[in-house]
Formats: sequence, structure tokens, C-alpha cells
Amino acid sequence: MAVTLPPFQTLLDRHAADLHRFLAASVGPHDGADCFQETVVSAMRAYPDLRHADNLRGWLFTIAHRKVVDHARRSGRRALPVAEPPEVPVPDAAAAADDRVDGELLAAVRALPPKQRTAVVQRYLLDRPYPEVAAAIGCSEDAARQNVRAGLQRLRHDLATEVTA
Amino acid sequence: MTTTHDPADELESRLRRLRTAVDAPVAPTGNGAAPDVVADLVAGAFARADADGLVDVAWAVEDSPIGPLTLAATPDGLVTIAFGPEDEVLDALAARVSPRVVHLPRRLDGVRRQLDEYFAGDRRDFDVVLDRRLSRGYRREVLEELSLVPFGQTVTYKDLADRTGHPGASRAVGTAMATNPIPVVVPCHRVLRTGGALGGYGGGLDAKVWLLRHEGALLG
Repeated sequence: MAVTLPPFQTLLDRHAADLHRFLAASVGPHDGADCFQETVVSAMRAYPDLRHADNLRGWLFTIAHRKVVDHARRSGRRALPVAEPPEVPVPDAAAAADDRVDGELLAAVRALPPKQRTAVVQRYLLDRPYPEVAAAIGCSEDAARQNVRAGLQRLRHDLATEVTA
Repeated sequence: MTTTHDPADELESRLRRLRTAVDAPVAPTGNGAAPDVVADLVAGAFARADADGLVDVAWAVEDSPIGPLTLAATPDGLVTIAFGPEDEVLDALAARVSPRVVHLPRRLDGVRRQLDEYFAGDRRDFDVVLDRRLSRGYRREVLEELSLVPFGQTVTYKDLADRTGHPGASRAVGTAMATNPIPVVVPCHRVLRTGGALGGYGGGLDAKVWLLRHEGALLG
């Protein structure tokens, strides 16, 4: 009955780099750092009560995905009422780094609805097979494929709109 | 148009190219070394988890003249000092204490300072709260008795059997020594065979000899 869980350290050593990549890609480096720490703390809170150790990676990324959902909800709320024109954003080091890479695409990824975003990031930036994409979102494999397709479609649309705008 | 790209593939390869872009540390450092962003985040997360009381076992590695030691503490005290490979130590702690085992050297600062002083010859006794949960029954009794043997002195397995009121239990004493979870601080290196032979040591006989010489209990 008793389940043998590896030391939390071992679990995190194995997945920390991917977890960081997932969150930095999904919400940006700054908020990604916050989400990363929140994910680790939430995971540690729940860890000893896990009933099985079958898919610890999936479990960890499900928590991370929820942080992305919470983050999207929070920034959605923040973005709603704009009484004054928004301040000119301070170009930070992260934005500069984004410029050197494909900033346009990265911004479009971060604007996807959370499920599509997680699906696309897991699939292409982390190169994960569909069962793992599904585990991270907490959905079926079919739904994971659907989210990847929908995400790609939306990215194509958003990028085309920007170019022609 | 000279391109033969399928636009569908193009988006996918653009996405794949983002892969390492988000990993890169964003702030160049003066000395040219890339800061380990992930390691820093992990350390910060563990500190937050510790503040929330979520770290059941904190560990750190301490270099010593007898080789690297893996130290681990629970909120109740120092629970182990181990010579073996760190992975095995952590696995054992996860199985026997709690799977919430994380690298948190800060929680071991006091012990590490005392070990440094001991190895430098500036300390004879340890003032460390011990969590003895990894030993039970008679073994624990023997190890508690052993803790009373002072720096620079040695006893035999038989002495410890006698002192714990089980004169015939030398073998059980030997087992207690072999399974001592907190060597050095609980000084199983001070236990010799009757007649002066060294007996065994979990950290290897070289380590035992080093410790006994260091304490002036073994000449030559």
C-alpha cells in the first residue's frame, strides 16, 4: 500500500530545467520565476500525500499549468479597466533577450489561452509526446492534440494579423 | 518565390527554435560566468518552503579530511551523517523519514561549523541536538551510551555491552556501531576490539585511523 516516493530533491533535479523553461516560455522570465517558486512550494505541500508515483513529471507540470492558469486570470483582471493610458513599458533585459530571439512568436505564445499555451509549449518547446502534454493539462490525449492544433491555428492567425496590420 | 517551405512546418520550426531562447540567463554578469538561474530559483523556493514548515529533511555536503560527508537534519535535530554516495543517502532518508528531502545547507550551518572546528582540532565535544529516530531499541541504547565516551578515549565492544547491562551482547553492539546513523558526532570510531584491534568502520578503516590519531587515541 505504501508508495515509495523519491526524495523531492531527486524529482526536482530531474525536472527543474524543463519546469523553468515551461514557465518562462508561458508567462515570461519574471513572472515565470514567481510561478516556478509557487509550483515548487505547492508541490512540496502535496508531495507526502501522493497515493502513487506513476507519473511524477506529469503531476509536477499539472501544478505548473495551474499556476499559468492563475497567472492568466490575474493578468486578465489587471488588463480590464484602463482609466489612464498605460505607461510606456520599461524595456527590461528579458524583452531585449526576446528581441534577439523570436520575440513576436514568443509574445503570441504567451497570449494563447492557458490550455493551448501549455499544449504548444509542452509539444514544441519541451518536445514532449502527447500523453505527457495531456498529463500536464490534466486532459485526455485527444484533447491535448486538439489543444495543440487550436494553438497552432491561433498562432498562425495572430502572426498573420500582425504582419498585415 | 524560391522557398519550398511548407508554412505549417515553418511555424513549428520557429516554435522549436524558441526552445533554448527562454533558458538563457537574461543578465550578463561581469565575470563572464552565466548565473545559474534555475539553481537560484530552486534555492529560493526551498527557502520559502522551509518558512512554511514544508522541509522535513534538509541536507548539505560537508568536505572533511576523511572525505565528503552528507549531513541531514529534521526539525528535531541532526538525523544522519553519511560517508556513502549522496544519492543513496537521500533515497534512504526519503524511505525512512519523509520524501520531503531537499538541499538546504542553511539548516546545517551550526553542525557544519562545529565539524569544521572539530576537524581543525579546535573542538572536542559537539553541542548538537540529535534526532535519533533512525536507531531503535537496544541499538539506540548502545549509541546513547557511546555518546558518553569522551574525545581521545576508546572503549571495546564488550565495554559497551557491559555498560548497557547486557554483558553477552558484544555482537549486538557491533551491529549498533555498523548501523550508527550519526558517525563522528556519535563517536563509533572510539570503539575497538578487545585487545586493541581496530574493528570495522562504515567510513573505511583509513577514516577510523585518521579520527583516532586526530584525537591522540592512537599513536604512530
